Amino acid sequence: MGSRIWKHPILKFERGKPVSIYLNGKKIRAYEGETIVAALYASGVKSYSRSVRYDRPRGFFCGIGKCSSCLMRVNNVPRVRTCITLVEDGMKIEYEKGRGESPVAGEVEVKEEKVDTDLLVIGGGPAGLSATITAANLGVDVFIVDENPQPGGQLIKQTHKFFGSKHNYADIRGIEIARTLLRDLRETNAKWIVNASAIGYYEGKKHLLAVVQDNSKLIEVSADKVVVSTGARENMLLFPNNDLPGIYGAGGVQTLMNVYGIKPGNDALVVGAGNVGLIVGYQLIQAGVNVKMLVEAMPKIGGYVVHAAKLRRLGVPILTRHTIKAASGKDHVEEATIVELNENWQQIEGTEEHVNVDLICLAVGLTPSSELLFQAGCKQAYIPELGGSVAIHNEDLETTLNGMYVAGDVSGIEEADTAMMEGRITGANVAIAVGKDRAKAEKIREESFKHLEALRASPFSERVLKGKKKAWDFWREMK
Amino acid sequence: MAVIECIQNIPCDPCAYICKFEAIRKSSFVNPPVVDYDKCTGCGECVAACPGLAIFVVNLKYKNDKALVTIPYELLPTPKRGEIYEALDREGKPVGEARIIGVKKVKDGTAVVTMAVEKRLAMIVRSIGRKLK
Repeated sequence: MGSRIWKHPILKFERGKPVSIYLNGKKIRAYEGETIVAALYASGVKSYSRSVRYDRPRGFFCGIGKCSSCLMRVNNVPRVRTCITLVEDGMKIEYEKGRGESPVAGEVEVKEEKVDTDLLVIGGGPAGLSATITAANLGVDVFIVDENPQPGGQLIKQTHKFFGSKHNYADIRGIEIARTLLRDLRETNAKWIVNASAIGYYEGKKHLLAVVQDNSKLIEVSADKVVVSTGARENMLLFPNNDLPGIYGAGGVQTLMNVYGIKPGNDALVVGAGNVGLIVGYQLIQAGVNVKMLVEAMPKIGGYVVHAAKLRRLGVPILTRHTIKAASGKDHVEEATIVELNENWQQIEGTEEHVNVDLICLAVGLTPSSELLFQAGCKQAYIPELGGSVAIHNEDLETTLNGMYVAGDVSGIEEADTAMMEGRITGANVAIAVGKDRAKAEKIREESFKHLEALRASPFSERVLKGKKKAWDFWREMK
Repeated sequence: MAVIECIQNIPCDPCAYICKFEAIRKSSFVNPPVVDYDKCTGCGECVAACPGLAIFVVNLKYKNDKALVTIPYELLPTPKRGEIYEALDREGKPVGEARIIGVKKVKDGTAVVTMAVEKRLAMIVRSIGRKLK
């Protein structure tokens, strides 16, 4: 059974029927409903591609289709993101050589479709789902696409209970919030598809976007309004051998262990003690992984004390002013070298310590997934408080491109509660703009703004609020 | 008595809503909660309600030399009544023994575990480690 988790204190893994997939001809057992990477990982295959120039083995890194580390040839389709593609019985999976080869004519069946809609929502995480549900309930015709096998964004892997107001989603686990949103989505008339990526923006009478579904179907979407809620991607950290299989983004590890129930490793080092690092550290322990320590370059733990306390009382040391100096291992990480930092962030020689680990989780921040917005021509600015380059936008989350909105992490790294409020605001704004129930939409908009403000009243939000104000100011200057 | 180890300005309020004795108050959505010990009965409803797993209940009147500590617990195996575990302090260091007195599994997965420890450890023990017996 390899590293599949069958007992978990919080989660129940309901696996589909057993199927067989073939990796370069070798039969591998899998379960319906799991991704190719999950199935391969559970069978002990931890490298999915090799670097083009130096032929180094690559593991998955992000686990959500954003980093291109797991591209393989699947049923003759080259460059398939195997971390977000579900297994099918008899599936033919091959390692690619170099950059892969195009399929020959007839090997892959290609379909086409056209969709015309009031609103296209790109990305079905907390922001996109909230935008969709709000707009659809106000009578807007909505089409939402998500590139993962199931909607819900990062909520589907959050086993911890959320903070927040009892009047919204507080004290409910992220996985439950995702289920609630999905149920609400199903009750609307919105049309939604998964395994579908928006790959480009084109000039048209309306907003015109190309969406590719199931790696084989091209959908041309014409929309009056667009909400881009594509989330974020995980940051890499520079250190020798940081590309070894076994070194993954914290979110990728969460996907593997909490969505697909695969134990990611036996002994772990977590780099970063912000809320993501603290939470993933705790979740690793719940999945039966021995978490040796967390290292944090800052002089203080960045995340909430209550999250840190959960780890500390289980005996997990959190070393501040420490970072990872290097990883080592043959084809897979076997050891991490950690080192202490001085006040100038320089490594102090002689403080190195070797830690035997087969898993290193990087929780060193996120960068907004803004690529589509920039390609569409939305003006951008680099705002460090928001995590990087973002499409500048106003308080109503409209970018410099008329009718194109942002919501959630793509508009600045924050968290799921604020993402849901931003989603609601954009959904209500779209309803107003396309002439639906104005009074009702205004009310939702006002309430969401009020709640967003309450969420951001904490000193922990000062930084992001500063960034947001920059984005709003830039928008006014540019418009 | 409920002991709330939540000291930061987290925008969060379920603890204030769960307490039917109105013993937990938040002066604002982001300010940390404060317990009114004249009203707190030590019922423990708040233990599983805190998303940060930061509420504990301490009962110093259990026995002459023993106190009860109630903790939220989300790991496997779920402890059983009568078992003895290492009692861990806030740093995860074993400081004594904890005899499990009661376990309530809340429907969303969090177990609320009540254990008897030496009275001097009542404000020290906050988790359990290895099972001893």
